Formats: sequence, C-alpha cells, structure tokens
Amino acid sequence: MPTQTFRLNGETVTVDVEDDVRVLWVLRDLLGVVGPKYGCGINVCKACTSHVNGRAFNPCAVRVGDLADDDEVTTIEGLPATVGATGDELHPMQEAWLEHDVAQCGYCQPGQIMAAVALVGKARREGRTITDADLDGIRNICRCGTYTRIREAIVDGEGRM
Amino acid sequence: MTITGPAGSTGLGQDQAGRTTPPAPEGAGNGTVSRRGFLGFVLGGATLVAAAPFVEAPPAAADGIPTLPQPAEIYDLNDFLTHISIPTSQLITITIDEDGGASFALPRAEVGQGITTSTAMIIAEELDLPLEKVRVSLAPARPELLFNQLTGGSNTTISTYTPVRVAAAVARGALLDAAARLLGDNVDQLVTKVGGIVEAPDGRQVTYAELTIGAAATNDRAVEVRLPDRPEGRVVGTPQNRVDARDAVTGRKEYATDLQVEDAWPTMVCRAPTLNGTLRSVENLDAVRRMPGVTHVAELDFGVAVRARTFGQCIEAVRVVEAAWKDGPVAGESDASVLRGLQASQLPLPALPSLPLLVRTINHDVTFYFRSNSPMDTNSAVADVREDRAEIWSALKSPVVAQAAIAEAVGLPVSKVTVNVVQGGGSFGRRLFFDGALEAARISKAMGVPVKLMWHRADDARAGRVHPMCTSRIRTVLAGNEVVAFQQSLTSIETDFRHGLGDALTAFAADLPTGLGNLAFSETVFLLTQEVPYNFGAVVQTLTEADQRFNTGSMRNIYSPDVRAASELVVDRIAEAVGKDPYEFRRSHLRNDRVAAVLDKVAEEGGWGREMEPGTAQGIAIHKEYKGATACLVEIDCRPETVGREVRDAVTGPRVTKVVFAVDAGLVINPRGLEAQMQGGINDGIALALTSSLHLEDGHFLEASWDNYFYTRQWNTPPQVDVHVMPSDSPQPGGAGEAGVAATFAAVACAYARATGTTPTHFPINHLDPLAFEPKPFVPPVPPAPTNGLDLTY
Repeated sequence: MPTQTFRLNGETVTVDVEDDVRVLWVLRDLLGVVGPKYGCGINVCKACTSHVNGRAFNPCAVRVGDLADDDEVTTIEGLPATVGATGDELHPMQEAWLEHDVAQCGYCQPGQIMAAVALVGKARREGRTITDADLDGIRNICRCGTYTRIREAIVDGEGRM
Repeated sequence: MTITGPAGSTGLGQDQAGRTTPPAPEGAGNGTVSRRGFLGFVLGGATLVAAAPFVEAPPAAADGIPTLPQPAEIYDLNDFLTHISIPTSQLITITIDEDGGASFALPRAEVGQGITTSTAMIIAEELDLPLEKVRVSLAPARPELLFNQLTGGSNTTISTYTPVRVAAAVARGALLDAAARLLGDNVDQLVTKVGGIVEAPDGRQVTYAELTIGAAATNDRAVEVRLPDRPEGRVVGTPQNRVDARDAVTGRKEYATDLQVEDAWPTMVCRAPTLNGTLRSVENLDAVRRMPGVTHVAELDFGVAVRARTFGQCIEAVRVVEAAWKDGPVAGESDASVLRGLQASQLPLPALPSLPLLVRTINHDVTFYFRSNSPMDTNSAVADVREDRAEIWSALKSPVVAQAAIAEAVGLPVSKVTVNVVQGGGSFGRRLFFDGALEAARISKAMGVPVKLMWHRADDARAGRVHPMCTSRIRTVLAGNEVVAFQQSLTSIETDFRHGLGDALTAFAADLPTGLGNLAFSETVFLLTQEVPYNFGAVVQTLTEADQRFNTGSMRNIYSPDVRAASELVVDRIAEAVGKDPYEFRRSHLRNDRVAAVLDKVAEEGGWGREMEPGTAQGIAIHKEYKGATACLVEIDCRPETVGREVRDAVTGPRVTKVVFAVDAGLVINPRGLEAQMQGGINDGIALALTSSLHLEDGHFLEASWDNYFYTRQWNTPPQVDVHVMPSDSPQPGGAGEAGVAATFAAVACAYARATGTTPTHFPINHLDPLAFEPKPFVPPVPPAPTNGLDLTY
C-alpha cells in the first residue's frame, strides 16, 4: 500500500493508503481530524472547506496522492496557529463567529469559517475589502439558515484580521 | 435584533448585589408576585441530586376566547404534547457536582435549535450559577419516560420549563439547608449569590462545591418548593450565546460520524434505483469484497451494505455493485401522476352557505410539491450489535421508539439495547425518525461487527424523508364587503407520524394496519395546529390524506407553512376585492391582540406601504401557533435583471431584499437564540416559496445533491433581516424552532403576487420551470467523487 506524506496543521504526517482516496477521508477516517465535515462528497456543499497552502480547497475533491510532501493542509483545528495563536486562543474570524453567535447546529460552521478566512485573503490579494457581491457568492450551504449572522461575522472578522 | 419594551421582569424584588432570596415558605413572597408550590425530590446519591417530575398542567389558554373558537385556539398541539405527559411522567434530575457546577441530562435532542443553551440558562437562573458552570447533556433513551422523550412541535421549552425550574429550586433549597447546618445560621437568613455561593448575614460564605456532599441524601425525600410565576431575569430573558458555540467554531463539536467507537468502521449502502425498491440479488459480491479497503459486504432488503477502512472506499465499492432490484411502490410515477391521485382523493368541499344575490366568491387552489428536510448531517448512526446486547449512537428525537424498533429488529430485549442520543447536524423533522439508526443496527448484526453508517447525500436527497406533496383549496364568500365564509381543504400525501408521541406504545398505535392509526394522528395534529385567526364568519379547515407510499415526515413544521401561504394569498385577494390595503384589512379582521401587535410591529418597523419600484413589492402576513404569534413583512425584487442574474450551478430568481419579522413567543428564555431561530426560519420560508423542491420522475426523485436541491443560499438570502422580539408578560414560554417559517413563506408568496400581478398556483414558484440541473444517474446510486479540487482553490 502506498505511503502518503503531506503537512497537516504544521506537522508532517505519513499514512499508508491508496493514492485515490480523497483527502477528506484520510483526514477524518485515518487521522481522526474531524473538523472538516461531509455534506455531499462532490464539492458542492463546501462543508469540508479547508486550506491548502493558504488557499481554500475542498478535500472531498482531492486525491491524497495528488498532495505533495510539502503541501500544507490546514483544517479548522489548525486555523488558530496560522496567526500565531496558542493554547485556547482563536483565529480572529473564529472570535467574530463567537461574538455574533453564528452557529446553530454547527455542522457547516468549520467550513464556513475556513471559507471566510480565504475570502478575506483573496480580497486582500486583490487590494480590496469584502463586498456584498463576495458574500452573495459564498457557496457554503447552511441548512439552519444562519446566513445573516455569517455575513455580519465575516465583515467583523475581516476587520479583526 | 431589537428587544422592545421591558425585558420581561416581573418586578420581583432583587437586591442590588444581585442576590436573590431563597424559595419563600408558603404565604411569604413580596405580596405582588404569586408563587406556586411544586413537589420535588432530593434523591440519594454521593453528591446532591435534586429531582422533579415532568408534571405541570399549564393554565387554560388565557388569550381572548373568541365566540366560535377553532380547536387549536383553546387546546393546541403543545397543550396536547404537554398534557399527555402528566399521568406517566417520571423524574428528571439535576446533580450538583463536586466542583459546585450543575449537571443535567436533557431528555430531548439538540439539533441546532438551542435547547441545551436555554435549558442551561433556566438552571443557571434558579441556582444562581454562572452559565458556564451548568452542563447540559442529552439523555439516552429512557423508556420509563414514555411520552416524555419526543423532540418535536417546537415543544421542548414549553414542556420542560417548569420541571427544570422545580428541580433546580429543590437543589438550591438543599444547598441552603446544608449551608445552614454548616454555618449554624437559620436557613431563612442565608442567600445564594451569583457564582454558586451561599452567604450568611455576617458575610461568611460557603461554596456549592463545599456543600454538595453534605447536601447529598441517603434516602429519597420529597420536598415542596415555591416558585414565582416568572423568573427574576438574571439569566432568563438576557441574550446569551450558545453553550456549544466554541466547540462549533473549533471543530470540536461531535456528531454521530465524528464518534470514535472501537472498530466501528465506515459503512455505506448501495440502494435501489427506484424509491424504496428492494434488493433481489447481487451479481458481483466477490468483486465488491475485493475492492480496496473493504472488510465486509452484507445483503439486506434495503440494499447492499459495504464496510471499509474509509468512507471514500465505501463510495467506490457502492459504485461497483451490480445488483438486481425489485421496483419500489412508486415505480413509474411522476409529480403529475401523484398529483392526479391527490386530486382524485379530494373530498367534495363542504357546502357554502346558501347564496343570496350580491354575494361574491373568491376561490384559489394551490399545489405544494415535495420538499426534502435535508439536514447537512445525513442520516447516520454508530451501531455495535452483539449476541447479547446492542449499543447505538445517533441524533434521535424519538429515542424510545427507536430503541423498541431496534430491539425487535435485532432480536434483543429492549433492556439490552442502549440508545445514546448524539447532537445532530440539523434535523428539520428528519430525526423524528431513526431510519439510519435502524439500518445501522441491522447491518451490524448482519456483519457481526460494529459499524459507522453514513448515508450518501444522494441517498439522503432521493430516499430520505420528504415533506409530502399537498393541495390547498380555498373557497370564500363575501356578502357586500364582509367575509361570511372561509373554507380551506388540504389534501396531502400522508404525513408519517409513526414515531408516535415518543414512546413505543403510541408508535405501535400509529402503525396499525391500513394506516388508520396514523390517520388519527394526522387529523389530531392538523386539528390542534391550524386556525384562521381572522373574523371570517363560518371558518372550516379540513385535512384529507392519501397515498402511503412515500417516506414522509414533518419539515420544520407540518401543515402550517403551506396552509398559511395559501390562506394569506387569498386574504390579499379579498382585501383587493373590497378595496382595502392588505395590512389594514388584516388588522381590522384579526381576532387576537397578540397577533395584531406583531402585525402592527412589522408594518411600522418595515415601513409598510412605502412606494416601491415596478417589479418590486412588499408582502405582509401573520401566523399564530406555538403559544405565540408571528408577523412578517418582506420586500421582493422580481425585475428581470434580478431574476435573470447568473450564478453557476444555482437557481437565482426573485430576490427577497428585506425581511422585517416580529415574534411574540411569550416568556423568552434566550432572545438571542430566539432571534437565531427566526432568522433560520425566514430562510426556510423563502426556500419554500421560491426555490426548494424535489421532482419525482419515473419512480425516483431527480435531486441528488446541493447542486440540484436549492435550499436558500447566500445569493438568495435577504441582505437585510430585522427580527423584533416582542415584550410579553406571559409566565409561559412559547415555541421557537419552527415559528419563523409560516409567516415568512406567506409574506414572500404575497409579495411575489403583488410584484408580478400573478397569484401563484404552485410552490415553489419555479417547480414547473425547466430543470435547472442535469439529473445524476440512478445506477450507480451515488455520484463519483471529483478529483479536481486543487484546480479550484481560492
């Protein structure tokens, strides 16, 4: 069985599994990293949204064999450390999420937060701030319908980042 | 959010240090607040265990009783759900732990509606504890609770509020008794202070942590406590964040598929191509067994179960299954044929009053298509079934019924089946049923190993529970400008109530042959939830159900959103016919002050009647249920440039640009949580009106994932949503989880009709448009996982 190596939340991980298993299942079923959620398996619900090398991606749609040894995968579990947070400290976007009490059932929320952080990063690379059109374009589904608070939290979180 | 008016204080005395007085002896109190006596218990235990029976008969509805009340006005579903618990109730217990915090196992399911938070708030209030020192978990199936373990009908807080208060008050009294012994003071002179401390007049303090062992009882004893009608409001009535918010935003909140139960490996099912089809035979069993990662394959009537090292490998294995299937009961059927069947089942409408000259009739018929409750967290469960015992983990709203059904299915006595209730990633009615848990148990038994079953999204959309298709027919009679008769006849695919009332006995009754048992449940629920809150003369609402072949259930309410949307559309047409403004017409015909107040609120805050651009319009509607009242004002944009805006793999269409919502939910425990539930319900109402349905074609639902099933998305959600929580002096909390949907659906429907000049005859309005997606194949039943994720980063 092939050995897969990539970086996960700041550490190098190695796992024995076939090349074509999607990263989501390597994370959840083999490494016990369950923050990224399953909601569709075909990259449309975005509940598994995580980061690869600082950009949002959906691990349900990436074969583990397609990750390079030095590809840095960040899940919600590793998000605080990306801004140097330690211990119980959180990423500013997570803080905004708490401030606005966004979550209801909570299932889609790790993906929503990871998408929000990436969206702020994208806007900054383009030299601008988040617009209503950016918010309208977010594809992450929230079946509880927390969209209003998600929008408020993203704008708040952008200011904190 | 705005909270208008007084924050729900009763004016009860509370000193400036935030201290509250202990439960007053009989006849005490401050003379202005009535206190009622309740029986509780201190139970034997290592630390203090306080208990209360689930017994509380709410006073009869105090709302103004109209001259000819409909059943739901004087005795609604929540009264029913509360009252049936009385003769059979058993105890709920609050334990004071050695760290001085309180623990409570709530016999309900938390699926996002916020009941763990609101329950913790009620306990924190009564015990003078900070919220973070109250730990609320979910109780496993407790068959002795009988009717008392069903989460539904937005009933949790309505039914558990007083028992939880009583148990907490018992605990507080026992802590004070223990402190009196320790400090040598008279118990009447001691006070609890915020933070879990008892203080004597001279300032000496002792903590709950120091008291709980001393307060523990060796034998059970009954005690009486007295409670003010309303809590003082130190915690209750204040906006609080969810107790599980931090776990949710850090990814630590655990759902069934996150549980690490030893050897419970990922398991999925290959299902039939037609709805509820059954397995005849598998042609390539060995090939499936040889797929990478696969450990077990089992043939069951509902499909071929595969267990593998990862869910990804389960998906691959499901996709290679070659099997022969027996068609399901709706093979060959489509929306149109099912609708024809419904129409054939429609009863003759009741005779209208004899019509003198100068009367007008306004009639309107509407079809509501199938919809999916589609929680993000698909049907899932962990099951470990052994020879002599079984243990299940799943998000279950009727765990007692699930326990009985699973015990029967795996051939064990109920006492050998442990059913653990896990937090659910949404429900919207889905988790009233236990389809995943029952399948998981049967698969575990068949394979002889523990399994972690997860439905693929495609299964969830195509074979999961749906809200039934139904038709509404309304006939109204106007004499001059007065409505003298209003008749509404709902004809629906049967709604499954076979979860009964949460206990195995009534579930069995609901499952009587020929559907007669279930019919009695549906008729009862319909009668207890529906009313027309207007003075419309002779009002009749009826329900006829037909066709039991579908997997149905509630979906964030059962009948109300459809009934209200159809009714309010007709109310607008009547208003137009008599030359009245929609708001003024409603206002002058409402029979209930609480409904009038929420209607006034949204009209005022939402700027009702402001000038709107052509192609845009306001809509306004009301709803009364769950011991409360709601009203909604929306603005919709139906201009071509908006309707035609393009988003990849999406439905756009009319955009609701603004929602102003008012809710009177009686005594509000957590206004922040209530606002959240209304915001969510608003998006559900918009989905029902505009975008969200399942298409039945040739025996299967076409929708298979979120790029087919169009629940409200960010590009559909209103940029502006204002929720107003009304002040209330009610001593009784109302329901929240489903309360936002009906008025919103109705208001969006009315706004759409006003913006376009066309009163819709089906919902959602886009259902008969050309399909907005290419249906995914039915064989194999689940789509392949993409591989291009690294090309789509941002």
